[in-house]
Amino acid sequence: MAEILVFSEKDDLAFELVSKGRELGAALNVGVAAALLGEGAGARSDEYFAYGADRVYVAHHPALAHFHAEAFAEALYQIAQKNDAQVLLLASTKRGKELSPRVAQKLGAGCVTDATAVEVQDGNLLVSRYALGGNTVASEFIKTPHKVIAVMPKTFELGAKEARQGEVVTVDLDLKEPRTRIVERREKAGEAVNLEEAEVLVCIGRGLEKKQDLGIIEELARALGAEIGCTKTLCSDYQWLSEDRLVGLSGKKTSPGLVISVGISGQIQYTVGIRGARIAVAINKDGQAPIFALSDYGIVGDLYQVVPKLVEALRAA
Amino acid sequence: MNIVVCLKQIPDLQQIRIKDRRPLLEGAPLIFGDMDKSALEEAVRIKEKAKGTKVTALAMGGAKLKDGIKEALAIGADEAVLLMDPPFAGSDTMGTARALAKAIEKLGEHDLILCGEGSTDNYSGQVGPRLAELLDLPQITYVRELEIEGNKLKAVRNMEESFEVVETELPALVTVADEINQPRLASLRDILKAARKPVQEWTAADLGLSEDEVGAKGSAIETVSNLAPEQERKQVVFKGDLDEVTENLINALTKEGVLGR
Ligand SMILES: Cc1cc2nc3c(=O)[nH]c(=O)nc-3n(C[C@H](O)[C@H](O)[C@H](O)COP(=O)(O)OP(=O)(O)OC[C@H]3O[C@@H](n4cnc5c(N)ncnc54)[C@H](O)[C@@H]3O)c2cc1C
Repeated sequence: MAEILVFSEKDDLAFELVSKGRELGAALNVGVAAALLGEGAGARSDEYFAYGADRVYVAHHPALAHFHAEAFAEALYQIAQKNDAQVLLLASTKRGKELSPRVAQKLGAGCVTDATAVEVQDGNLLVSRYALGGNTVASEFIKTPHKVIAVMPKTFELGAKEARQGEVVTVDLDLKEPRTRIVERREKAGEAVNLEEAEVLVCIGRGLEKKQDLGIIEELARALGAEIGCTKTLCSDYQWLSEDRLVGLSGKKTSPGLVISVGISGQIQYTVGIRGARIAVAINKDGQAPIFALSDYGIVGDLYQVVPKLVEALRAA
Repeated sequence: MNIVVCLKQIPDLQQIRIKDRRPLLEGAPLIFGDMDKSALEEAVRIKEKAKGTKVTALAMGGAKLKDGIKEALAIGADEAVLLMDPPFAGSDTMGTARALAKAIEKLGEHDLILCGEGSTDNYSGQVGPRLAELLDLPQITYVRELEIEGNKLKAVRNMEESFEVVETELPALVTVADEINQPRLASLRDILKAARKPVQEWTAADLGLSEDEVGAKGSAIETVSNLAPEQERKQVVFKGDLDEVTENLINALTKEGVLGR
C-alpha cells in the first residue's frame, strides 16, 4: 500500500507534517505513517495518532542513538521500501535538510527542500520554494515515483487532536555504525523568541558597529513593544544575537504589522523574511541602499543619531 | 591528500532585475556562490598547512565557466575539471550530483570533497548529501571550523541550538557555512599565473553518462512557474533635519495604525 511517510527529529514539527499529510493523503487516497527513530522514539506515538497518523514505525538501533544523516537516511530508506511509502514528508530543519537529499538519492527520488507550500494538483504534488535567493517563488512537480519533500517548519497549521487509534509497528533495521562521531555539543545561549508571531519587529544589521551598541536597539524595541531580529552576519558570524533572531531566507519569514530595518542594506536573502510585513520601514545612512525600494517609509541617516531621536520622540508621543 | 572542491556558477543575485514578475537573468554576471568560495578557500588553507595536498576545482556549467574558473585557480586550486557539454544543461540536483560523482571517480583517489552548504541562488543544500551518498562517504554539513590531521577530520557544525563537534576519518564529504572563513581575493599576479594551470573539459560521454541521466531529460523536477511575488511598497523617504524626519515617520506610522498598541 502506498503511503505518505513523515519524519522529523522534532516531534512537534512532525505533528505539523502529519496534520498536512492527512489532508494530502485524503486527496491522493493513501494513508499517513510516521517514522520514529532513535532513543526514546515511540514515546509520543499516541500524539502521532491524535494528529492523524494511521501507523507509526518505531525503530531502536544503536546506529540511531544520535542523529547522523548517514544512518537516519538508511533507516528511512529501509522503512520506505518495506512499506511502499511513495511520498516522504520531512521538516526542513538543518538536520532534515541534510537528510532529505541523502534519502532521496537512495530512493532515486527527486527532492525539494525548504518547501513553503505543498498542494495536490492533477493527482500530483505541487511544491513551492523560494528560488534565486528569494527573488522568486518556484512551483515544482517531482517527476520520479518516489518524492521527498522537506517543508519549512511552521508552514502547516497543527491540526486538531482527535481521539484516534493507530498501529505501532516495531521495525528491525539493518544499519551500519555511522562513520561520524559527535564528540561535543556546545549549547547556544538562546532565549526563546517567536519572531513569526511578533506584531512589531526591529531588525538590526551590520550598520551596528559593536555588540554593546545593541542597547540603543533594545531601547527602540522597548519603546515600540517590538521583538528584535537581525541579519545573518550578526548572528552567524559575530554571534551577537541568537540564530532564533535571524530574519530571511535561512531564518524566519515574518509577518508583523510593522518592521523597522536598521542599518540593513536590503539584500534579497534578508528582505524575503520581511515580505509578509504590512508596513516596512528602513533606517540607513546610504540613500542608495536597496532597502529603501523595499520599504514603505525610510529615513536616510546615521542610525546612531536617528534611533535615539526616534526613541525620544516615541516616548514623548 | 587530494581535495576536490565543487563550485557552481550562479547569476549575481543583486543584479537580477524583475520584469512583469519574471526574473531577467541575461544581464546578470555569473559568479561563484559565497559558500562555494568559502569551500575553495578552506581547501587552499588546508593545502598551505599540509604539504603534498592537491586541490582540484570541479564545476559543471555553461561556456562562461572557462573564464570563471580562472578565479578558482588564482585563489589556489592546482587544477580544474569543467563539465561543459550541452547534455548537462538543465540538470537538477540529482543530475548534477550524478555527473559530479562520476567526475570525482574518474579523477581517482580523493580524501576530501568540499562543497558549500548550499548554492547562493537556490540554497537547496542537496548536491553535497547526494554526492556523499553516491560516493558512499560520511557527510558533515554546516561546518564553520575544520581541522585535518593525518586522516582524522574534526569539524564544528553550526546547528540550530548548538555547535556540534564531529569527527570522522577521511575520505569524507564536508559542506561549509560561509562564516568558516573570509575568502581571499586573487591578485593580478595569481590570475596571470593561473593561466598555466591545467584545465580539463569533460563531456557526459567522457563520464559514461547517457543523455537521459543528466540535463533537463534526466531531471526529477519539473518547474511549473518561477515568478517574483507581487509586492508594492510606498517607498516614501524622509531626509534632512533629524527632528523633522523622525516626526514625519511617527506621523506616517500613526496614520497607518501600526503604532501605540
Ligand atoms: C544562501 C544565503 C542565505 C542567506 N540567508 C540570509 C538570511 O536568512 N538573513 C539575512 O539577513 N541574510 C542572509 N544572507 C546574507 C545576505 O546575503 C546579506 O549578506 C545580509 O543580509 C547582509 O546583512 P546586512 O544588511 O546587515 O549587511 P550589509 O549588507 O553589510 O549592510 C549594512 C548596511 O548598513 C548601513 N549602515 C552602516 N552604518 C550605518 C549607520 N551608522 N547608520 C545607518 N546605516 C548604516 C550600510 O549603508 C549598509 O546598507 C544569506 C546569504 C546567502 C548566500
